[in-house]
Amino acid sequence: MYEILSKQDVAPVSKLFVVSAPEIARKAKPGQFLIVRTDAEGERIPLTIADFDREAGTVTMVFQEVGKTTKQMGKMEAGDVLSDVVGPLGLPSEIEYYGTVLCVGGGVGIAPVYPIARALKAAGNYVISIIGARNVNLLFWEDKMRSVSDELIVCTDDGSYARKALVTEPMKELLGSVRRIDRIWAIGPAIMMKFCTLTSKPFNVPTIVSLNSVMVDGTGMCGACRVEVGGQTRFVCVHGPEFDGHQVNWDLLLSRQRMYLTEEKRATEEYDHECTCGTRAV
Amino acid sequence: MSENMARPTKTQVRQEMPTQDPQVRNTNYNEVALGYTDELALAEASRCIQCKKPRCVTGCPVEVRIPEFIKALREGDMWGAVDALKDKNNLPAVCGRVCPQETQCEELCVLARKGAPVAIGRLERYVADWERQQGIKIPERAISCGRSIAIIGAGPAGLTCAGDLAKMGYQVTILEALHSPGGVLIYGIPEFRLPKDVVRAEVEYVKSLGVEIKLNSVVGKLYTIEELLAEGYDGIFLGTGAGLPMFMDIPGENCNGVYSANEFLTRVNLMKAYRFPEFDTPVKVGKVVAVVGAGNVAMDASRCAKRLGAEEVHIIYRRSREEVPARAEEVHHAEEEGIIFDFLTNPVEIHGGEGNWVTGIRCMRMALGEPDASGRRRPVAIEGSEFDMDCQTVIMALGTRPNPLVFSDAPRLERTRYGTVVANEQTGRTKMECVWAGGDIVTGAATVISAMGAGKRAAADMHAYLCSDRSEPWWQEPAA
Repeated sequence: MYEILSKQDVAPVSKLFVVSAPEIARKAKPGQFLIVRTDAEGERIPLTIADFDREAGTVTMVFQEVGKTTKQMGKMEAGDVLSDVVGPLGLPSEIEYYGTVLCVGGGVGIAPVYPIARALKAAGNYVISIIGARNVNLLFWEDKMRSVSDELIVCTDDGSYARKALVTEPMKELLGSVRRIDRIWAIGPAIMMKFCTLTSKPFNVPTIVSLNSVMVDGTGMCGACRVEVGGQTRFVCVHGPEFDGHQVNWDLLLSRQRMYLTEEKRATEEYDHECTCGTRAV
Repeated sequence: MSENMARPTKTQVRQEMPTQDPQVRNTNYNEVALGYTDELALAEASRCIQCKKPRCVTGCPVEVRIPEFIKALREGDMWGAVDALKDKNNLPAVCGRVCPQETQCEELCVLARKGAPVAIGRLERYVADWERQQGIKIPERAISCGRSIAIIGAGPAGLTCAGDLAKMGYQVTILEALHSPGGVLIYGIPEFRLPKDVVRAEVEYVKSLGVEIKLNSVVGKLYTIEELLAEGYDGIFLGTGAGLPMFMDIPGENCNGVYSANEFLTRVNLMKAYRFPEFDTPVKVGKVVAVVGAGNVAMDASRCAKRLGAEEVHIIYRRSREEVPARAEEVHHAEEEGIIFDFLTNPVEIHGGEGNWVTGIRCMRMALGEPDASGRRRPVAIEGSEFDMDCQTVIMALGTRPNPLVFSDAPRLERTRYGTVVANEQTGRTKMECVWAGGDIVTGAATVISAMGAGKRAAADMHAYLCSDRSEPWWQEPAA
């Protein structure tokens, strides 16, 4: 059992848990992920590590309430326990000195970009960050991102806060300017990452993405998360989650993410119904 | 009955075990084989002629005291039967259900030569189930020997090794990657063949011996083998099995609706997808399902698919019926439940349609040529024999290899080109001092009982080595 030590509403539908997991905190590195299960009937869902504190023995996860499991998690409070937290899984980000790096975080993807930007900064890089979301209600961690970036650009798709733009717009301006960008991290919804890689491709700047495929065990035994990178089948859980974004078959990833859409919808509807009718204690 | 008991006759027939009707059971997850009644068990036990030099025992990888437990059973001394059985076997209710007895103990039974061997497996199950119904006897804890052992993986090899070491007084910690202990017993073998309550009870027994099981502990990520040794464990046993699924590397394999058997079975068994949405994990099964491969895993996957509502389930296998690697009993059960076998057939491409969903599979007809390295006749594609079959789900049951995760930062562990760890199969010793291994991680995908045998041999060698003055060399080339 893993106790939730604190909970924060980082945005109206995005929640943050600081969870007690000393052994995971000891080993966690930026870029890695966790598998979380709420209770005995729960599914195993992957969440990228948003932060960790080795001394306090905690890991931080941020999730957006989109389906049954995340909605259920959204109702949990400090003091409640998650049945299972497994990690740190996947390979860590390759943190080294590159020169000038661009860290792009979209929506809930801002959370995993944060520890990466922090580590890149600590490695001596000049860090430019772009964070964006569909609207202001989905935006969070502006201050935290500013604290680990030399420059920060904030935007929303609808202009409800800061600059009205998709993250790819400031990205393109930076890449097209005289400034040299040595490496890019782009993390967020698959469609955003796809367009970030399309944006950086003409400029030939290596662009690392963190893929969010469907997973079950997260340790390489099922293959649910398989994606195609450079024409080869790879498992996101053990070969990733980070890959060279220019090599990823995005359409395949997008179609595979939709594999259980009907079931997810059904589970969410039944859950919402139960919550409204109060037939099931949460 | 009592007359039979007093004077067993050679002609007496082997007692069949009652099973659920095939057309009923292929719609439910209840156990297929129902187990012996008291009468059937006594009748079967009375067939054992109590050989002075029992050959059956030599056929058992864990050397269960077979004649003794059968003798106690037919004398009505059930606890005596339990003790004799569990002296060597920590998981008898599992073994009684999933062991291939026909190629082990029962093959060597003297009655086999005269017709039908004693149904040792069914009797083992009967005794183990009887004990579970009574409430499993909690054994006395052994006196601590002061040494501690880390076991990686709570599957059949690890649980057996742990149980034996705990009985010898070792402090044993099992590190298990999943959220539930049992390994393949819990994620792989379906409920209808091995009820999970049975697995849980056997795991509880191992825990009652003093074994600690730490779940959600992925070795290679949370700890490395070197770190565990540095932390002070006197020895490590690797029993992580063969959990890495194989694919065919044919076009269309990443379409939606194509599963590895591992994923399909994990969703169904470990995550209970057959009870979605009560349980959160879903699984997709189309009207027509093609399962590629014909091992026990393929039989399990096809029978699960049938129970999940598939109208037609095909086993696609490139060799012929004679070469099928699954147990005869499993094939028989699958056929009874309406699984269709397409022999001498090999997939070459999977067709995808709208939304990247599987719409069909292209196969070739095969013929058998000269024997290959495995001694089986090599299947050769018949030119121009391609044909398409409509299906919405494909399950790849092509075998598995050891998951390399456990080898992270363990350069001293030598591996073969098949990804298995190099170990002496008699002792379990790997090339790395104080690290033993056994089960599928050494042999590649095999059986529950062979993994248990390896766990048992390793436990004995761990004890011998850790109590020795360690003057003999750690690694000795296994005798050819």
